[in-house]
Amino acid sequence: MSKFKRPSGRKMDEPRKIEAEVGVIARADGSARFKIGDTEALAAVYGPRELHPRFLQDPKKGILRCNYNMLPYAGDGSRVRPGPSRRSKEISMVTEKALTPVLDLSQFPNTVVDVFIELPQTNAGSRCAGICAAAMALADAGIIMKDMISSVAVGYVEGNLVVDLDGPEEHMGENESPDIPLAMIPSTEEITLLQMDGIVSKKQLLEALEFAKPVLKKISDVQKQAIKAKYELGERK
Amino acid sequence: MGKLLAKEREVVVPGQIISEGMDYLPSTGTYRLKEQVIVNRLGILNVDGKVLKVTPLSGRYLPKEGDTVIGKVEDILMSGWRMDINSPYSAVLPLREASFDFIKKGADLSKYFALDDYAVVKITSVTTQNLVDLSAKGQGLRRLRGGRVIKVDCNKVPRIIGKQGSMVKMINDATGCRITVGQNGVVWFMGEPQMESAAFKAIRLIEQEAHTQGLTDRVKALLDELTKDYKGGKDE
Amino acid sequence: MNQEVKDHIKNSLIKGVRLDGRGPQDLREISIELDVVTTAEGSARVKFGDAEVLAGVKMSVESPFPDTPEDGVLMVNAELLPLSNPDFETGPPGIDSIETSRVIDRGIRESGCVDTKKLCLVKGEKVWFMAVDVHPINYDGNLIDMGGLAAMAALKSANFPSIDKDHNVDYHEKTKKKLDISGLPIPITVCKIGDVLIVDPTDEEENAIDARLTVTSLDKDKLCSLQKGGAKPLSIEEIAEMVELALKKADEVRKKLSEVLK
Repeated sequence: MSKFKRPSGRKMDEPRKIEAEVGVIARADGSARFKIGDTEALAAVYGPRELHPRFLQDPKKGILRCNYNMLPYAGDGSRVRPGPSRRSKEISMVTEKALTPVLDLSQFPNTVVDVFIELPQTNAGSRCAGICAAAMALADAGIIMKDMISSVAVGYVEGNLVVDLDGPEEHMGENESPDIPLAMIPSTEEITLLQMDGIVSKKQLLEALEFAKPVLKKISDVQKQAIKAKYELGERK
Repeated sequence: MGKLLAKEREVVVPGQIISEGMDYLPSTGTYRLKEQVIVNRLGILNVDGKVLKVTPLSGRYLPKEGDTVIGKVEDILMSGWRMDINSPYSAVLPLREASFDFIKKGADLSKYFALDDYAVVKITSVTTQNLVDLSAKGQGLRRLRGGRVIKVDCNKVPRIIGKQGSMVKMINDATGCRITVGQNGVVWFMGEPQMESAAFKAIRLIEQEAHTQGLTDRVKALLDELTKDYKGGKDE
Repeated sequence: MNQEVKDHIKNSLIKGVRLDGRGPQDLREISIELDVVTTAEGSARVKFGDAEVLAGVKMSVESPFPDTPEDGVLMVNAELLPLSNPDFETGPPGIDSIETSRVIDRGIRESGCVDTKKLCLVKGEKVWFMAVDVHPINYDGNLIDMGGLAAMAALKSANFPSIDKDHNVDYHEKTKKKLDISGLPIPITVCKIGDVLIVDPTDEEENAIDARLTVTSLDKDKLCSLQKGGAKPLSIEEIAEMVELALKKADEVRKKLSEVLK
């Protein structure tokens, strides 16, 4: 092992501190907050509900529609103009693809399940936090899903394999650190989100995926526990 | 020998593994993956012998034939009314099912049910395409006049009604409010303003703590607390 | 909204009871938290009961507007997030978003509490630009009042980021320098339902409103902006009564904010 130390002092396989809770938005059918370090995501689920325009409807099952959005002051630098960007549209799309494999919306043909993901503050890993929050909100909404979806990034900081890169780590060294956002179905260990920027070898990629697995399972336990906590609170009263 | 990994009446969540080995059988809200039974819906676990079933704690209302629901008129059609029944699918109340009177074609339908009116109606049929038909003819079915309408989680409706209507009756006795609970999670109630507010708070408490033990006593305590001044005032 | 439900709300109000059991002129319980967002220069979370609004301030160095070369810029933007309420839709801001933004903006701007001249770095070339973004997270009515309070709390909590000699901003380094703010403009929206005046309406009550008047005030007798809304007209006597109620309630809210800022 090298003598590399992470700026935050975290262990290589240690994600930042996680806070998770569900039922945070009264009007939503399901909602959740997922905070990892200084990256915070809120998700609200509305639906299944009627889908317009009609040509988008699927007569066999309901569809999932995600909307990822950073609040204007949530970015690292200056204010981000409100409204969709190419970046937010792409992330919304990959978020949909990351979540859809576990959902069963066959009971609700022609409908849509809307997921709104808002990020009040970010410090790297915002799409992963958004996916974690969205999965919890979908469970809270009573959607049939065969498993949780858990998400985190892995990457190489100055050649060292680490999990959950924070802002400073993304920019360490001469080149940008290779960063691989992942989402996984914990029970089958199948990957539902896989992106990367940076340069790695095939071996490094496969190593990174294996490295992320146990971390993703731990995150899924945090998510599940947070959902239970909402109802166990009622128990204690 | 199979092993059960969760307890009866435990809150279980999607992805939670609740048994190992082939002895246990998945039912509603659970499925088998290799040797395990896994939860696929948030709810309360029921262990019935070897059968593992989840009673949902949340989720939207799916129309069911025979259910009595509270709907809201969202459109007046040539041949009846389209109603929002707090579900992903709207429903149609046809002319012939609206009233025991004969309604002539071309009559002013808003005399019977106007836009935004609430009504207690029965679901007469649901097709595989989720086309829903309603009737307003039958005991207790009517247009609602006055009062307040709130939405609750439809999965909590059985608890709000209570065994043989015991919970609704308790709220009714304490507040004097008339209460109608639709299977679709729409609740109508009407009474004195202060009492309505007490009924409202009681219904919200039941909704929040529907899955807990000893709920009846807590609802009773809340109602006593909320109505004591009012009753005191009446005696003077 | 169904006319009979509206009438029912009115009749309850005549007897002095609101849907959630409050009296007509009671505010919900207010909570204010400062510095809740690390990426913003200033931020606040305001809750009225369960309703929740977030506000964040972003500062940047920009060119001034040509007609005001010595003035910095303060701008408030509100957006009705579809996350917060099933009735809000995605897409460009609708008229409700725009009205909310402009009424909050006007209240703060016209109060003169922020001296934009002091935000000038190089005349005609570089000035500070302050953008305050206001978003409902949990929507349950009264967004203007909640948003106006959150915006002021966020501005008060803000620290300037550091700048180099060429006025390039380093957002990773906040200075100790605060924005110079004199006075606390507070908007209060008084709503008329039937003949009863209420404050701090819930979403359900907002749907039954006949008329409303938002009064932003700096103290017990200093009004700095007004906005009448709703379909029905108001008599001068009614306006007098509404303004008085708004001033009284603003004072309550201002005291609450002052305590939190201490």
